[in-house]
Amino acid sequence: MSIVKTENVIYEYVKRDEEGNVDGVIRAVNDVSLGIRQGDFIAIVGHNGSGKSTLAKHMNAILQPTQGTVWVDGMDTRQEERVWDIRQRAGMVFQNPDNQIIGQVVEEDVGFGPENLGVPTEEIWKRVEESLRAVGMYQFRSHSPNRLSGGQKQRVSIAGVLAMRPRCIVLDEPTAMLDPSGRGEVIRAVRELNQAERVTVILITHYMEEVIHADHVYVMDKGQIAMEGTPREIFSQVEKLQKLRLDVPQVTLLAHELQQRGLGLPDGILTTQELVQALKELK
Amino acid sequence: MLRDITLGQYYQTESVIHRLDPRVKLAGTLLYIISLFLFENIAGYVLAALFLALVIGLSHVPFKFMVRGMKAILFLLLITVVFNLFLTPGETLVSLWKLTITREGLHNAVFMALRLCYLIIGSSIMTLTTTPNHLTDGMEKGLRPLKVLKVPVHEVAMIMSIALRFIPILLEETDKIMKAQIARGADFESGNLIRRAKAMVPLLVPLFISAFRRANDLAMAMEARCYHGGEGRTKMKPLVYQRRDRLAYLCILLYLGCKVAVGVLL
Amino acid sequence: MALTVDHISYIYDPDAPLPQKALDDISLTIPEGQFIGVIGHTGSGKSTLMQHLNGLVKATSGHIYFNGKDIDARDYDKKELRSKVGLVFQYPEHQLFEVDVFSDVCFGPKNLGLDKEEVERRAREALARVGLPEELYDQSPFELSGGQKRRVAIAGVLAMQPEILILDEPTAGLDPKGRREILDQIKLLQTQTHMTILLVSHSMDDVAEYVDRIIVMSEGKILYDDIPRNIFRRYRELEKIGLGAPQVTYILHTLRENGLPVDTEITTIREAAESILQALTG
Repeated sequence: MSIVKTENVIYEYVKRDEEGNVDGVIRAVNDVSLGIRQGDFIAIVGHNGSGKSTLAKHMNAILQPTQGTVWVDGMDTRQEERVWDIRQRAGMVFQNPDNQIIGQVVEEDVGFGPENLGVPTEEIWKRVEESLRAVGMYQFRSHSPNRLSGGQKQRVSIAGVLAMRPRCIVLDEPTAMLDPSGRGEVIRAVRELNQAERVTVILITHYMEEVIHADHVYVMDKGQIAMEGTPREIFSQVEKLQKLRLDVPQVTLLAHELQQRGLGLPDGILTTQELVQALKELK
Repeated sequence: MLRDITLGQYYQTESVIHRLDPRVKLAGTLLYIISLFLFENIAGYVLAALFLALVIGLSHVPFKFMVRGMKAILFLLLITVVFNLFLTPGETLVSLWKLTITREGLHNAVFMALRLCYLIIGSSIMTLTTTPNHLTDGMEKGLRPLKVLKVPVHEVAMIMSIALRFIPILLEETDKIMKAQIARGADFESGNLIRRAKAMVPLLVPLFISAFRRANDLAMAMEARCYHGGEGRTKMKPLVYQRRDRLAYLCILLYLGCKVAVGVLL
Repeated sequence: MALTVDHISYIYDPDAPLPQKALDDISLTIPEGQFIGVIGHTGSGKSTLMQHLNGLVKATSGHIYFNGKDIDARDYDKKELRSKVGLVFQYPEHQLFEVDVFSDVCFGPKNLGLDKEEVERRAREALARVGLPEELYDQSPFELSGGQKRRVAIAGVLAMQPEILILDEPTAGLDPKGRREILDQIKLLQTQTHMTILLVSHSMDDVAEYVDRIIVMSEGKILYDDIPRNIFRRYRELEKIGLGAPQVTYILHTLRENGLPVDTEITTIREAAESILQALTG
């Protein structure tokens, strides 16, 4: 069974001018249907304004579809009485590391979710410790979040979601405001969670190098799914990606360039090792 | 750096007073302030001073930190003294030109000043030994009975703790926006009042926008983590009275008893 | 006409029990017309250094000379300096405040005390330089897209017509499309005006193909200051401080280690492909 399933989802919002008159209707998500299997690592990519973040907010019942249906763990997100269950099942990490940490001490922030769920005190402590260990932030448990780096703050946010024992984590551009080392930190933590704890991960991003390890990739453009498939399938279509103005990893670009110049390389090379291997075989 | 500003001037050290339940400290401070206004006699003031000295000693906070808090109200203290000294009618002691100092005036001025000093030092002990976080917790739990009167105790406490988290962030942001506008030739320092007020627009507009954006983001993040008010919420660090807290209550009551006894008997 | 930094150090809060050196004995010269990349990870001191260059932060020790004059001298006109050394902060769109785009860009030149005509002429020119379509001039800056807002903010500094333009992480938070557009625009600006530009970034990939010179900062010090080719040669050392070289450098080095005689100093995909083909056939 799918952990998250969307069927013909449309999301529209009304744009108003300064006097509050209707200025037009904008369709941010346009007829999206997808199914995400429990335990998978899913990436949704697209540039700003492609509708990827709007779609992500449907998976946590922050937004409800204008048309169509979203199910999270079998629950329709429009059922108001299930909204807290849905949010517990599908946790969400946002872009800005400063604007989602509520606690003044790292461990208290991680405890915030379980507190809201009414988890008994002892159990909260247990979960906080486990979650902080899972993202490698346990030694910072009594620090003030203001003193942490961006990557560390995002790992704390991930721990905060993890402590709610979700079945699925939706990360909405968690690395957009981080430097390269912070980005690496967050992606490593997320992959580890997916592999060790079998938590379903839905990663929204515009960095193509972050999707290489995903099980399945959706490329969004103008509110629709423009491409989908395994990373290899996606990266085989260099021209199409470039037309969508998305970055392609440099190895893939180089392999593509070599192909164009007549070298018989396989499609969708994703890592340096693969390129070296393929070139060796040519020789 | 701006991120290091601690609000409410918390002084970090290890002491019995630091470890007390914040509710004890809140109640203790309140009772102590009331005690200062019960009865007026020298023995009572000596007793209040002794009690204060004992708590200061136990708190391990250097005395100069408490005095620092006094500086802020020095002006208020002076006014109180002057008013009491010259404007209380009664038996004249000294008369200078149109000003007269009366026996009652002198008496009032001295005791009023003492009272204020005790009050300030007494309440600064509370803020010096309790983290803002703890204080909020203590208020939330201590004021819970007010819920019956529809006072939103949990909400107020939540607002306070969020404010405490975001004040350093917004201070840093203010600094950054200010620098950015100075780099565009803005001048925040010269000109008359109206000019200066106008010069604040390029600082305040971005700051408000940023604060609203943060508030919006934070509300969404809190909802995503299932926050739905105080109903059905558990606590990671619940406040539970320990033996030392009960002892502290006993000490406070003992002090109050003595104060009343001294007041009635003498 | 140049900016010279002479042995400056900067200490946060000198009274603290453990004073932190944000900048540690920095010296460098920025000649006219150069396009320089300043690379370092968060906390390396690169932003602090940039704020020294236009006098926003005063060095704890050392001197900075702009066109031969000490900028910390008592009679030095700091306002004049700030108009000559333009600094675009990180996330500059956060400082927009006016009701429309055009007025916001006018803010800088207006502060210089120019007459209305000149202010508007400069604003128009600056907006054209950042490639913002004219129909957006009357719009509220808050209704623009992220990339457009950033252009407006950059125009706001350009309108002061600085001799040196410093951009602190101009691509932070943008998507790949927006990132490339901004970088191309900056490059265009440089080729058209020959303005001195300092581009601060934490990504080698951002600056590799654009700049003439790279300054690498780490822990408040200048680690390397050289032409890009020589900098990337030290990719292993760069990695130790969490920076690394452009991806192409890695690929070529790995190929070479695997016995393919490619030129490892190449930084673009096209050249790399040529070199590989040559190595394979030759």
